[in-house]
Amino acid sequence: MKSILFWLIPIALSAAPADDSFMIKGATVHTMAGAEMQNGSVIVRNGKIIGVGKNLAVPKDLKVIDGKGMHVYPGMVDAATEVGLIEVNSVRESLDTTEIGKYNPQLVALTAVNPSSEHIPVTRYSGITTVATMPEGQVIGGQISLMHLDGWTTDEMGIKPRAGLQMRMPVIAAGGRGGFVASDSSDGGGGGAFGRPSFAEAKRNYDKELAELSEFFESARRYKQAKDAKPAGFKPDLKLEAMIPIIEGKEPVMVTAVKEREIREAIAFSDKQKIKIILCDAGEANKVTKEIKEHNIPVILGPVLELPSSEDAAYDSPFTVAADLHKAGILFSLGSLRGKTNVDSRNLPFQAGQAVAFGLPPEEAMKAITKNAADIWGVGDQIGTIEEGKWADLMVTDGNPLEAQTNIRQLFIKGKPVDLSNKQRDLYEKYLNRP
Amino acid sequence: MKRFGIACLLGAALSAAGWGADTPVLIQNATILTVTNGIVKGSILLQDGKIAAIGDKVLAPPGAKIIDGAGKYVMPGIIDCHSHIMAEAINEGSVSVSSMVGIDDVLNPEDIAIYRALAGGVTTANILHGSANSIGGKTVVTKMRWGRNAEEMKFEGAIPGVKFALGENPKRAGSAQGGGFGAAPANLRYPATRMGVEDVIREAFNDARAYKASWAAYNAKVARKEVAIPPARDLKLDTLVEVLDGKRFVHAHCYRQDEILMLIHVADDYGFKIRTFQHVLEGYKVAKEIAAHGAGASTFADWWAYKIEANDAIPYNAAIMMKKGVLVSLNSDDAELMRHLDKEAAKTVKYGGLTETEALSLITINPAKQLAIDKRVGSLEVGKDADVLLYDAHPLSNFSKVEKVWIDGHEYFDRQDDLDGRPKKAIEKKALTDKAAPAAGGRGAQPAPQSLPQEGLRK
Repeated sequence: MKSILFWLIPIALSAAPADDSFMIKGATVHTMAGAEMQNGSVIVRNGKIIGVGKNLAVPKDLKVIDGKGMHVYPGMVDAATEVGLIEVNSVRESLDTTEIGKYNPQLVALTAVNPSSEHIPVTRYSGITTVATMPEGQVIGGQISLMHLDGWTTDEMGIKPRAGLQMRMPVIAAGGRGGFVASDSSDGGGGGAFGRPSFAEAKRNYDKELAELSEFFESARRYKQAKDAKPAGFKPDLKLEAMIPIIEGKEPVMVTAVKEREIREAIAFSDKQKIKIILCDAGEANKVTKEIKEHNIPVILGPVLELPSSEDAAYDSPFTVAADLHKAGILFSLGSLRGKTNVDSRNLPFQAGQAVAFGLPPEEAMKAITKNAADIWGVGDQIGTIEEGKWADLMVTDGNPLEAQTNIRQLFIKGKPVDLSNKQRDLYEKYLNRP
Repeated sequence: MKRFGIACLLGAALSAAGWGADTPVLIQNATILTVTNGIVKGSILLQDGKIAAIGDKVLAPPGAKIIDGAGKYVMPGIIDCHSHIMAEAINEGSVSVSSMVGIDDVLNPEDIAIYRALAGGVTTANILHGSANSIGGKTVVTKMRWGRNAEEMKFEGAIPGVKFALGENPKRAGSAQGGGFGAAPANLRYPATRMGVEDVIREAFNDARAYKASWAAYNAKVARKEVAIPPARDLKLDTLVEVLDGKRFVHAHCYRQDEILMLIHVADDYGFKIRTFQHVLEGYKVAKEIAAHGAGASTFADWWAYKIEANDAIPYNAAIMMKKGVLVSLNSDDAELMRHLDKEAAKTVKYGGLTETEALSLITINPAKQLAIDKRVGSLEVGKDADVLLYDAHPLSNFSKVEKVWIDGHEYFDRQDDLDGRPKKAIEKKALTDKAAPAAGGRGAQPAPQSLPQEGLRK
């Protein structure tokens, strides 16, 4: 019975004319900007939230959605993922994350997002309304794009196409998840386990990589100087041009740094280069909380459901990092990153749920994947909470979205009801009814 | 036989030293999710390696350790029907029929993944050969008896299996574009298509049938006291004859509906049964046929689109197959996923509307039935092995975690002990790394090498 009801609601909604003005009345509203509100209402007009509170008068011209027994949350934000850039992991033609070359700051993820990707409606089904989708590279992969998971075109989806630069700290050895190994493969004399170079050689290569990276930033500075001098016939360099907001500290660099040493080196690098950074996939950030806090650096953690980074690490070490960061007062969020087998953005709330099991307060977990993500990406004035003036990215649920058993009953992006059907549900209905 | 004898001796020696000699444990005031007999608010007694009593009130035997389970949940140990932990080798990828090799020969009881799986509530796992071959190696059922040796990991008396694999993986080595198994274009391996995979399996059973007949003829001659020359022993075909005789289970890796039907037809033609279809992500399309064959299905909760044959995978797969009469379980195939099969099971309530008990059955009694070990494990029933989990909240809640794990009534995991032991381990580690560090170089401080990536060999 429950499941039948569950199917009917979205169908009925999608049949209604698209309307981005309405009122949700009598629900438990979790604004993420303050305490939860029992019997609260949210008023939306032209896609924006214009009222939140108790006992709000019902505007005459607005459709009213009965929120009795329901919960309203801001739509969730996946702070780092590859939704839209990957369709089927093993099919090269369907991958658009990784360009050739080490330094590609001029590339923009949104350019390659496929608005028809099946991953978009599948991800939405979990209540995720916005993602930061990212390119990947050996060192600098390109610009991360913040986008809504709804829209006819990438133009309509985009919130902030150049939200930050994706960068990966060079590492000395291939430890942890997906670290780029600073190694000269042409040398061949490295030896070591699995063809890895010796420590001394890896260190030499690392120093070389870091020097090259520093030189790239320096050349961006020289480029800016040259450009500012306005010489006649100046020819722009697209790579270095893209670095200007970075070296000016106007746009952040999201630095992937997993291990403690890499995190410390990333912080030192940001100091030296005077750039604004966000730490990404920082699995050992809890070992560097003092420095991260002092530098006021936000952290985007990778999936909580991960294996410990080394054989002798505590079994629950990936589960407790979020709670540690919260205790240290560090602004953090979660990103599904590439996912274990493929894009796994839809499980973002359950990743957050696992952190709750291991000490993170539930409301902080929810904040991490709504408000914090929006704040980290500099769009906290537009999305991330239920407050007046923000886009009406809302989910109506029958329980806590961090629990797998909870259903998203209705989803709104910019106030527009979003179709919750997807390929997987279509196949479900089709084959459930196979005679 | 010889090995069995040694195992018995070891077992005997160990029981004197602690096997089966555990203090009885009585958990009181808990919510007991039996899976097969509803939910009991009360007590459960673990004694002599077995579940001795379940009820509102259970008297504590003398010397019993009493645990207050107020607000806590008890459920049977999780059973993973598809794992590769402990295995030192996964694929004998040089030939497409490798039924002469066995995972039981390469178990590493010191794999840290065992402890991590335990901490996620897994007590039993079916350890399989990889999916590089149409007919892979022999499989073995194990218990996560962390700290015991390889022989003691094995689930005594469990019917062994053999891994089959269909679709993209076994045909990969036949592709000139190369694949995960190291075949150079000049060294292509048959098969390269799903047609070839079927043929490889048919050829193998064609051989096995003839081989079996040659032994039958020989044995008949011997029985008649005639002069007889025994056929040459073929270790590869011996395994397949066991399949034909119903003494060994077939666990078949598959994705697409066509290959599932293909294998059912091959099995019907040669007169054997497929015990489980593994992964079986399009099982929902042919649930009726799988049920009619009597095969089980062991799948993922929501993995999809990581390769073409997984593109039609849906998280409703388990629910549809279950509703259509298939015995379904959820497996991990992965040391990480293995740590949260409980949370994977919870997703089937959302995707497909299973009840909580049905969801729990996917990781307990159903895989136990698939492996024919359900008389011993898979539910909380008096007389069954005391493979029991204690949770701090409902196991299907993402906010819950495992606090204690017993196998055969012996406590193998205790979260508090793990937490308490960490400072001591840190000191021990520091002492060891200091000792290993050469005075000048400090190389000893290097991080330990990561285990080999196994991506692409499995799934």
